[in-house]
Amino acid sequence: MNLFCIGLSHHTAKVEIRERYALQRSEEALRAQSGCAEALILPTCNRVEVYGAAPAQIATEKIAECLVGGGAVTLQDANAFYRHEKQACVQHLFRVVSGLDSMVIGETEILGQVKKAYANARESGSAGPCLHRLFQRAFRVAKQVRSRTEITRGAVSVGSVAVELAVKIFGDLSERKVLILGAGETSERTARALSSRGVSDIRVSNRSRERAENLAALVRGRAVGFDQWPRECGEIDILVASTSANEPLLTPALLSPLLRERSDRPLFIIDLAVPRDVAPEVNEMEGVYLYDIDSLQSIAQQSLALRRQQIAAGEEIIAAHVSDFVMRLTGVGETAAAQIPIPGALDQTSLRVSEL
Amino acid sequence: MRKVNAWQGPFRCGKVCQGDAQLLHCALAMDRPLLLASTLCYLAAVVRTLLAPREKIWHPGRANFLAIAAGFLFQTAFLSVRGHALGRCPLTNLFEVFVFLAWSVALIYLLVGPAYRLSLMGAFTAPLVFLIQTFALVAPVDVPHPIRLPANPWLEFHASISIIAYGAFALACVAGVMYLVQERQLKTHELLSVFYHLPPLTTLFSAITRLLWLGFSLYTAGLISGFFTGGPLPRVKIIGALAVWFFYGMILQGRHRRWFAPKRVAALCVVAFSAAVSLLWAIDFVSQNHPI
Repeated sequence: MNLFCIGLSHHTAKVEIRERYALQRSEEALRAQSGCAEALILPTCNRVEVYGAAPAQIATEKIAECLVGGGAVTLQDANAFYRHEKQACVQHLFRVVSGLDSMVIGETEILGQVKKAYANARESGSAGPCLHRLFQRAFRVAKQVRSRTEITRGAVSVGSVAVELAVKIFGDLSERKVLILGAGETSERTARALSSRGVSDIRVSNRSRERAENLAALVRGRAVGFDQWPRECGEIDILVASTSANEPLLTPALLSPLLRERSDRPLFIIDLAVPRDVAPEVNEMEGVYLYDIDSLQSIAQQSLALRRQQIAAGEEIIAAHVSDFVMRLTGVGETAAAQIPIPGALDQTSLRVSEL
Repeated sequence: MRKVNAWQGPFRCGKVCQGDAQLLHCALAMDRPLLLASTLCYLAAVVRTLLAPREKIWHPGRANFLAIAAGFLFQTAFLSVRGHALGRCPLTNLFEVFVFLAWSVALIYLLVGPAYRLSLMGAFTAPLVFLIQTFALVAPVDVPHPIRLPANPWLEFHASISIIAYGAFALACVAGVMYLVQERQLKTHELLSVFYHLPPLTTLFSAITRLLWLGFSLYTAGLISGFFTGGPLPRVKIIGALAVWFFYGMILQGRHRRWFAPKRVAALCVVAFSAAVSLLWAIDFVSQNHPI
């Protein structure tokens, strides 16, 4: 049985090309058109890949045509496609599912996407013994890579860095009070990230009361008058500032008397505005932790660099699994070849056996 | 010297041990391998901690906990053997005081660490215990006390509870160091690998406060029981003990009244424990002729 992977990803194709092939095609249709015994389509925002097993060689162009729905494949598109066979295919999937091939190295969303694609293929009966074993092993590999390396450690986007820092200061965020100063898009993203981590007390203050109320409604918070926000600083734990003010709104002179009311609670300030809303001297104050956009981006870069360092450790784990899997697959392939080309014949019993 | 009946049996060494003093000396030498084994366990935990960053993965939690638990068992065996030999709580010289202190630190870590999910505290506790115990083993402080007092339950309670209080203060010091490390990283925006494994600031501060209260309560009980020992109370010991009590009382009062910011409290925990241990040694040095 010829195990292969044909596809395109952010490494080889721009979004304009990827989106042409990203429209979900049915695996049954792909099998019928291409002659694959088994097929699984993995469509994500960064890649469209077909994993298949066939008794004979299937041309890359054939798969590309199936993906585009029978239309013509331009030369530029054809050049963007890559092909991995047998061992290289196994290795590629293990790298993809572990997040080593992702745009953001170590991201874990891909695992969920692969699981979903696998579930679809199972449901449609397009995944046979070869793909079952391959994907079950891939999930095991992903788990090992994540637990034995630090490939997923640290946040790599500004919003998630801010949330991670908040957790490192306060622990549980559910009881924390947050003030969002400025109701722009950046504020909204950060407010949503905090809300997703359990923050329930979110106050929004903006020069335009209407926009403050709109954002407050989105994150189930409440709007605060723009003239009242300094008073809120005595109560809140986290301040997210992102206004378009030309001068710093929060200075040590303004914050100093407010800190006295706060007892010994730390104050975490996330300043996402350019020019900055908070004077940098505020970070010198006891119990105040100020992070501006550069600091957050720098931490995200550090995390990304650390993740890159972890790639070698991940590759080692993958290499061991690849050689072991290929060795076992040779045996399975022989027995499976006699049984497989019966589309849709896979029942729950065979699935359970293959999972074991 | 009073007869030491405990030596009639498992610790008799035939021709080498002649008389009670020799028997005692022989038994005291026999318990040292237990302490050595315990120290090696703590050394293993320290080595694990030091190697962790090289691996670029800092997961010392479980390995450290097991190494400290093994070290604690050997320490307990050591103290049991020695206590059996002495016929009283083994706090008769500075060597035993330091071992008992190391045991108390490990005991409170094993009790408090998992409860507050401060598993990384082991990475900081192991070096402290290792240093205390190594000092006890290397320094010439295991000198049998010249004066042998009859067993005095109040004296033993006073000494043991005070040292356990020191254990709580040591753990507060460890939590203080962790707080300062975490706080510094958050202030300077330079996040090292350890940052991702240290507990949140608020959790650490809560642990510091509780450990301070635990230590202070035990120390107060130890201080009060000291007045019931019946013997003459050396002035230097009373002054030293009260100084430690006032220092920790001042930290707690400052925390309660919010005179000190959390960072200051964490720093004071480190200073107070360093001062308290130095004082313990100084008191022993000054009052050589009085059992601790």
